[in-house]
Amino acid sequence: MITPAETRPLDLPKILKEGGIAAAVVFGLAFALVGFRTVDVPGGLDIQYRFDDVFMVTVLAFLGRVGILLLRAGRPAPVAIVAGLFAVFMLGVLITHAFAPEKDLVRLLPFGDLVVNWLLALFALGLALRAGVSIGHAVSSLSVEEREERMDHISVWVQHSARYVGPALLLFALVLPFLPFSDRRMLDIAILVVTYIMLGWGLNIVVGLAGLLDLGYVAFYAVGAYSYALLAQYFDMGFWICLPFAGIMAAFAGILLGFPVLRLRGDYLAIVTLGFGEMVRIILLNWYEFTRGPDGISGIPRPTFFGLDFSRSAPDGGETFHSFFGLTYSPIDRIVFLYYLILALALVTNAFTLRIRKLPVGRAWEALREDEVACRSLGINPRNTKLTAFAIGAMFGGFGGAFFATRQGFISPESFTFIESAIILAIVVLGGFGSQIGVVFAAILLIGMPEIFRELQQYRMLAFGAAMVTIMVWRPRGLLAHRDPTIRMNERSPPKDDPGNAVTERART
Amino acid sequence: MGYFLQQLINGLTLGMIYGLIAIGYTMVYGIIGMINFAHGELFMIGAFISLITFLLLGIVGLGWVPLALLVVLVMTMLLTSVYGWALERIAYRPLRHSPRLAALITAIGMSIFLQNYVQLLQGARIKPLQPVVTGGFRLLEGGDFVVSLSYLQILIIVLTISLMVVFTMIIARTPLGRAQRACQQDLGMAALVGVNVDRTISSTFVTGGALASVAGLMFILNYGVIDFFIGFLAGIKAFTAAVLGGIGSIPGAMLGGLLIGLIEAFWSGYFTVEYKDVAAFTILVLVLIFRPTGLLGKPDIEKV
Repeated sequence: MITPAETRPLDLPKILKEGGIAAAVVFGLAFALVGFRTVDVPGGLDIQYRFDDVFMVTVLAFLGRVGILLLRAGRPAPVAIVAGLFAVFMLGVLITHAFAPEKDLVRLLPFGDLVVNWLLALFALGLALRAGVSIGHAVSSLSVEEREERMDHISVWVQHSARYVGPALLLFALVLPFLPFSDRRMLDIAILVVTYIMLGWGLNIVVGLAGLLDLGYVAFYAVGAYSYALLAQYFDMGFWICLPFAGIMAAFAGILLGFPVLRLRGDYLAIVTLGFGEMVRIILLNWYEFTRGPDGISGIPRPTFFGLDFSRSAPDGGETFHSFFGLTYSPIDRIVFLYYLILALALVTNAFTLRIRKLPVGRAWEALREDEVACRSLGINPRNTKLTAFAIGAMFGGFGGAFFATRQGFISPESFTFIESAIILAIVVLGGFGSQIGVVFAAILLIGMPEIFRELQQYRMLAFGAAMVTIMVWRPRGLLAHRDPTIRMNERSPPKDDPGNAVTERART
Repeated sequence: MGYFLQQLINGLTLGMIYGLIAIGYTMVYGIIGMINFAHGELFMIGAFISLITFLLLGIVGLGWVPLALLVVLVMTMLLTSVYGWALERIAYRPLRHSPRLAALITAIGMSIFLQNYVQLLQGARIKPLQPVVTGGFRLLEGGDFVVSLSYLQILIIVLTISLMVVFTMIIARTPLGRAQRACQQDLGMAALVGVNVDRTISSTFVTGGALASVAGLMFILNYGVIDFFIGFLAGIKAFTAAVLGGIGSIPGAMLGGLLIGLIEAFWSGYFTVEYKDVAAFTILVLVLIFRPTGLLGKPDIEKV
């Protein structure tokens, strides 16, 4: 098969030179930090050497770069063969090892660490597959525009299917505790995922709708959690009374921060909110008399079901949940209750967002996100509008925080670090700014997956950072980014035939 | 009086470190208008490379301190600038024409990635280093308080000032500096008149990384302990310094760094040590509210 791509002359020296540069850079990166490992020994530090790893990554960087360039130059066949053979070898050894570890085949692999080997194998497999596809279709690669267009179509499809997928997911979420595979661990993961979905939806109001990048969202989460914990501790108040208070306190904190800083431009605002998040944490950490600092607050009361406790026996002669309904006591009842509680909170957040998007203030948020100057000239007060978004987003963060406090029974400033903000933000961003269903998928992906693959815990944040970079580079407007205009000029003729049209036109302008 | 003088010296030393990091923020912001959030991690990586090189020199048995310092300085500047280059190439170049927030998010992702990368490779424990430069002068011996100026502090101040001189010369005199200034004024126009924009931006990250690595070296010499997390706070404070001095202005970055260092030293000297980080953030907020252009910055006019 002769294609235009294959008739292009192959500039092999240039490709080899590029490969050499890549190898040199990777060697420079790896030499100090990979090649030497500082280890603690009595009386100071000692050094371990890992030159084999440095050598391996350098060689692999060369091969990988040359392979990618060959692919781009329209020579997929050698890449497909070499990468394919390598991938088959790696996967073969790894899978054999998974089933028969006693054979010690791992020493054939290039790295000592299994996860790194898996990554390498998958990368080689991807490269081989890509090359194979190129042979089949006689195209070297998609252009950026084509790729964006395809992904836009997928996001439009996903968003439109949300109409059917949404209720299905909701139904699944509602019956989840009664499914046969739902044990304690499963429910705990589900609670965690739904908590992050709720926080994601809350932050989505600020970031997705109003377009304000908030890197300190965890501060409001912390304010909510501590409001409940402190009210419960000092005034002996219950969860249901404190829940609105936690929301109000967080919203108040949002207004307090937002009032001076909301006129700042996007990235300045981001840094200031980050600073605010850190300030809240430092204050919680150091105001020992009030918050007990690093020791945290323990013994936070659990929520009750209309006054019914979930403990084995009610403490002050009151009735418990199981005795009231004539059930036998089971510790999982409380977990199920907590699950439904956070599910309800999340659904409230979602319903609120969906409704407020159709109100004038919601429209103003979205308009402000698109063009602040135009909004100002149309008589929208940017500061007040942003402030409402900020306060409402913070309020939901506060609710989430109160729930977190009551679920854990113990909180300390350590739970409210910048990483938490980054995770919540990543959920919003990966889901595509402003997409409600995207947040759900992103939360399941980012929170649920690492919880299930607990063994990879130490790689979790590494993969997390890498995913943030990769996805942004690949799709700068978010994975499922698609802004369906909330109002159209001619409502009578929605572009039903090709829903992608509106989006791609927007993307180009 | 003695106590005041001591805090002044400490603050100046600290300010030099912040200033060197702040230059990286301000240069990148000046040219491509984005906050390189991962810049603090370059500082952290520079500190780690310095630590590893010191340990290696200890094993080799190179005992003469000035030579050891020189070797470490060259190594850390060289290897950290590779990280600076790779950072730009991987995370920022593909996004140059994307919304600003996208680049900020890759920067945060890169920051998380680099922290965990170092944590995985070098361990999460605090890494100590034996004091390398010891001794000093006694300036004032009034009463029971001794004001001292250590050789290390002199080294930090002299090294920073000489680096600043070299750096200013590069910006003012060399073709590379001219290209950088051209890109700072107008990227598109600079490209039209034949400036290699990609290479200029890369060189900005390389020099920024090299300066941050020197700051990392000074940090480990000054404090003696590092961990993988030091880049976060130092990065934010250096960013505050860059904003305070006027972002985009190189002398402003140095001035801002010195001010932040002094404020922090006096704050911990006269008020409470615990809240010194709150002080830095408060200053950031106040500056952004009352003088968003900073002390030496040019006003930024919003165009439609």
